[in-house]
Amino acid sequence: MTYSYYPGCTLKTKAKDLDHYGRLCAEALGITLEEIEEWQCCGAVYPLAQDEIATRLSSVRTLMAARDKGQALVTLCSACHHVLTRVNNDMAGNDNIRTKANNYLQPAVPYAGETRVLHYLQMLKECVGFDELAKKVVNPLKGRKIGAYYGCMILRPAKEMAFDDPENPTIIEEFIKALGAEAVVYPMRNECCGGYVTVKDADLAKKRVAKIMHSAKDKGAEELITACPLCLYNLQANAGADAVPVTYITELLAEALGLK
Amino acid sequence: MHFDQKETANLITRMSGTDPKKCMKCGKCSASCPSFDEMEYHPHQFVSMVVKGDVERLLASKSITKCLTCFACVQRCPRGVEPANLIEAVRVTALRQQGTCYLSPDDVPAIVDDQIPQQALVSAFRKYRK
Ligand code: SF4
Ligand code: SF4
Ligand code: SF4
Ligand code: SF4
Repeated sequence: MTYSYYPGCTLKTKAKDLDHYGRLCAEALGITLEEIEEWQCCGAVYPLAQDEIATRLSSVRTLMAARDKGQALVTLCSACHHVLTRVNNDMAGNDNIRTKANNYLQPAVPYAGETRVLHYLQMLKECVGFDELAKKVVNPLKGRKIGAYYGCMILRPAKEMAFDDPENPTIIEEFIKALGAEAVVYPMRNECCGGYVTVKDADLAKKRVAKIMHSAKDKGAEELITACPLCLYNLQANAGADAVPVTYITELLAEALGLK
Repeated sequence: MHFDQKETANLITRMSGTDPKKCMKCGKCSASCPSFDEMEYHPHQFVSMVVKGDVERLLASKSITKCLTCFACVQRCPRGVEPANLIEAVRVTALRQQGTCYLSPDDVPAIVDDQIPQQALVSAFRKYRK
C-alpha cells in the first residue's frame, strides 16, 4: 500500500527520530510512504478564526498534492494531523473558506476536501492490523509498563478529528499491547500538557506536566509514549519530581520490530 | 478612536463561527478547563460576556493568554458552543485592534534551548502575534 506522507517541519529537525523510525517501520511492514514534494509547514496551530484564509493555504497545498496523486495522506505529528484534518474539513464543508482558498490558489482542479487524512497509528491499524503487527514483533517488550500520552490535538474536537473516543481512547493502548508490553491506563492521558504556553509561561506548563506525570506514575507507568514533539519536549523539560521518561511511538515500534 | 462594544462583540461572534446564545449556563466548560485557576474570566464567562456585548474587559484581560487551546471545553459542552473558539476570537481581535503582540522575535534567543521543537516557536508566533 502506498500513501502520501507529510512529515512537517519539526520531524525534519528536532523530532528526527519520530520521522526516521516511522519510515523505517513502515517500510519493514510493506507500506510505502511517499513524501509530499516541496511541502510547507502547516503552521502548527489550526486557525480557529473563520476569517483567516492565508494561514490555511499551506495545508490546502499539501492536501491537494495528495489528491492529485490519488493517495490518502499520512501524518505523524499530532499537531500537523490536527491542522491538516481540520483544514480539510473546512475545504469540504465550509463554502466561504473553500471559495476563498480556491480563488487564491487557482488550482487546475479546485479542491473540496477530497483527500483522506489519517494518522500513522490509524494507518497501522487499517493497513496492517494490530493482531498482524503483534505477529511481526521480533523483540516483544515483555514486562515494560508503558503509558500512552494522547494529549489534546489528536483527539479533540472528536466530531472533527474522528480519531478515537475522546474521553476513553484505546488505540495507543492497543498498539502498546501489540508490541508485547503492558499498557498502563491513567486518568490524565487525554488532558493537556500546556504545550502552547511553554514558550511564554513555563510555570503554567510545569503545573500541567506535574499533574500528568503524577497520574502516570501513580498508576504504575514506567515510561510514556507520544506522537507529538511538543508534548515530548514539554513533558521532559517541565517535569518535576515524578518525571517518567517519554519517547515517540515510532521509537517503541522500531524497538519491537528489531529495527532500533 | 471610538470603540463600540456591541459591534466588537458581533465581530468576535462572527469570527468564532459559533453561536454563544446556545449556551444554557451549565458551567461544564469551566469545570473542564485545565486553566480555570489561572483565569480572571472563565470559559463560561467569555461566552456570556460576548452575548451581553461586554467585551472590553475580556480584550484587556490576561485570561486570553491563559487558554491552552486544548479543546476540552469544546468537546464537553453539551450545547455545541465551542468556548475555545470565542476565546481565540477575542485574542485575535485584541492582537488586531490594539496592534499588541505577546511575543517578540527579540524574546526568542532567551527562550530557545537545544531541545525546543520548531513547532513550539511556530505555534507561539501564530498565537501571540499578527
Ligand atoms: S505542526 Fe508542527 S511539526 Fe507539524 S509542520 Fe506544522 S509546525 Fe511543523
Ligand atoms: S503539546 Fe500539549 S497542548 Fe499539544 S497536543 Fe500535545 S498535549 Fe495538547
Ligand atoms: S480550550 Fe482553553 S478555555 Fe477551553 S478548556 Fe482548554 S484551556 Fe480551558
Ligand atoms: S459548557 Fe456550553 S452550555 Fe455549558 S456553560 Fe459552557 S458554553 Fe454554556
